[in-house]
Amino acid sequence: MKKSVFFGALTVASLAAGVAGAATLDDVKARGELICGVNTGLVGFAAPDANGNWSGFDVAICKAVAAAVLGDPSKVKYVPTSGQTRFTALGSGEVDLLARNTTWTFSRDTDLKLQFTATNYYDGQGFMVRKDSGVTSAKELDGASVCIQTGTTTELNLADYFKANNMSYQPITVDSNAEGEQQFLAGACDAYTTDASGLAATRAAFANPSDYVILPEIISKEPLAPAVRQGDDQWTDIVRWTIYGLIAAEEYGITSANIDELAKGTDNPEINRMLGTEGNLGAMVGLDKDWLVNAIKAGGNYGEIFAATIGEQTPIGLARGLNAQWTQGGLMYAPPFR
Amino acid sequence: MSDTEAHSVAYVRDTMMPQQPAPAGETGAIRWLRENLFSGWLNTVLTLLGIFAIYLFVSHFYGWFLHGVWEANSIKECRQIIAERWGPDASGACWAVIRERWHQFIFGFYPPELYWRPILAFALLFVAIGPLMFQFVPKKVAWFTPIYPFLAVWLLWGGSVWGPVLVLTGFVLGGVVFMAVARFGSIMAFSVGAIVTILYFLFAVGPLISLFHAMIPVGLESVASSKFGGFLLAITLGVGGIAMSLPAGVVLALGRQSDMLLIKTFSVIFIEFIRGVPLITLLFVASLLLNYFLPPGTNFDIILRVMILVTMFAAAYIAEVIRGGLAALPRGQYEAADALGLDYWKAQRLIILPQALKISIPGIVSTFIGMFKDTTLVVFVGLFDPLKGIPDFIRADFNWKGIYWEPFVFVGAIFFILNFAMSRYSMHLENRLQREHR
Repeated sequence: MKKSVFFGALTVASLAAGVAGAATLDDVKARGELICGVNTGLVGFAAPDANGNWSGFDVAICKAVAAAVLGDPSKVKYVPTSGQTRFTALGSGEVDLLARNTTWTFSRDTDLKLQFTATNYYDGQGFMVRKDSGVTSAKELDGASVCIQTGTTTELNLADYFKANNMSYQPITVDSNAEGEQQFLAGACDAYTTDASGLAATRAAFANPSDYVILPEIISKEPLAPAVRQGDDQWTDIVRWTIYGLIAAEEYGITSANIDELAKGTDNPEINRMLGTEGNLGAMVGLDKDWLVNAIKAGGNYGEIFAATIGEQTPIGLARGLNAQWTQGGLMYAPPFR
Repeated sequence: MSDTEAHSVAYVRDTMMPQQPAPAGETGAIRWLRENLFSGWLNTVLTLLGIFAIYLFVSHFYGWFLHGVWEANSIKECRQIIAERWGPDASGACWAVIRERWHQFIFGFYPPELYWRPILAFALLFVAIGPLMFQFVPKKVAWFTPIYPFLAVWLLWGGSVWGPVLVLTGFVLGGVVFMAVARFGSIMAFSVGAIVTILYFLFAVGPLISLFHAMIPVGLESVASSKFGGFLLAITLGVGGIAMSLPAGVVLALGRQSDMLLIKTFSVIFIEFIRGVPLITLLFVASLLLNYFLPPGTNFDIILRVMILVTMFAAAYIAEVIRGGLAALPRGQYEAADALGLDYWKAQRLIILPQALKISIPGIVSTFIGMFKDTTLVVFVGLFDPLKGIPDFIRADFNWKGIYWEPFVFVGAIFFILNFAMSRYSMHLENRLQREHR
């Protein structure tokens, strides 16, 4: 008798099968909700609080896109995706946008048919060791045991790095960041390796952070970029230029505090174009005139988002580094809004 | 005679000696200790080793439990409080994370103002299974049992009341048709009933739901499957899987014993294939591969997908357990059923299955317990299981980053309570159904 649950729900599910193949923008507008694939939980980047409200650096991108498209940053449905399910979730149309600290690589871009929009965080793999070990450089790690998460690009990077430097190491494989921390704290490995942003957060959460040091070497390039499906150029443009809009807003000094003032019109034609008081850039991507105003209001410009979620004022305390504006010696460089 | 004795024996006692207490070494705790713990050199050594192991365990974890902190808002505060109370080197449990996030362990992201719905569904579960499980529950309550699955789905997921009502109607319709055609033979009746039901589901249910909902819009607020998590998810999957896998397992076991080649082959292939494949593989199929087979845009509920796969997995194991029970029945039981002139289904229902199932109870319950625990594997398809999914995202909150053992202890304790209850119930059931005279 209870099989009926299955059949009944199956019927309901097949009813719910909506129209397919329409443009993502139309889908999102019709649904009134952006479906955003996020991490199942990564400190500073995506985490739900006690009430289930998501926040974080990646989540801020979802909110900005939702604000640009729907005018309301809260109209986002967050779908937590694991490392294994993230690309299928995007490919099968389960999510509209994947903002899940995903490294932009050749094969993912081409073979997996993803479209990476714009890098929102330049990460890289680093090492953490105990201070009393006396190690000051990754080059001194010959023969060390290293805790490493399985099934990630960090595992491959580690192998490449030690091979290139003609060193040996003993991998201690762990399943998750939490387990890696436990193993490292318990002394099961001499060094712990993962993305530098993750290392900083991990170290900050230790009971005695000063007993541990993060080595200066960064052994890989990890440009993290929100991704969309290939084949919907308009949607790609929307996400890409929303991110560029946040970056450019920081460059031009548009903040969530002064945006209402600036949106009335300024002497700077580029700001005017971005905020819709001059020309109509929004219409070119199928959005309203004030799309970027809404996006920037959602969580502030790129710099504000960074400062609020992972920046030096937060417990995670990441410096801007590569993620500073190009004018400040970083790599954040938005093409002109023209 | 007595004379001679009186002369040959110096003294004859003519009263009974008062009873003496047994020697200290032969009574109470000392005797118990000597008999059970120190009855030989090997047992003595083992006992001492055991005591040492317990000592190691307690001495390591005693402090951790003793120093536990409940009132704090982050792991940093926990550490501060422990350092203040017990000295800078003390370690302690930070149970505050459980206090602040317990509702997420239980309900996942289910909206807090709607918690009454899963709680009610859980309470009604006992009303539904009561008449099946306990003799003291009045049998009249049993009418509620077939309605419960629909009610539970409606309570948990919400939506229009007409969905579950009309789906239930479909099955009632199938039953009515079955009754009506029954006099032409049971196979005929079953086929016609099934066809009518399937046609109803394919063509009538959808429009009818829309129609009725448009006329009388009664419903609960919808809750998406993505909001499910923690024990709500584990218990939903577990109960759904158990309820569906037992009948499916019985059918598969009978199918494997069947003389009909097609049915037997199908059953054997199904059982052997499912048992030969790891559960995680099936879960990945449910979450990833099905997406490619289904038309794009199809929103086939992930919990439903996982539940179907978990059910198939458990059913294959249950089938083999029940086949063991069937094989243990003496041949005479089958012959006796034939001799009474019972047809196949009556023989199975009245004679064979009651005995086979009774023999299989321990194995069936083991499979259920295993399945319930396996529901935590759904973490690999992005669902928030209570053991890893929920703690991982709680750790993603910087306040609780660094918490490790506390969630395991908490979740482990709840799993133990639930599974131990299942295990005790199965022993109770075995005793109740005991028919041999011992």
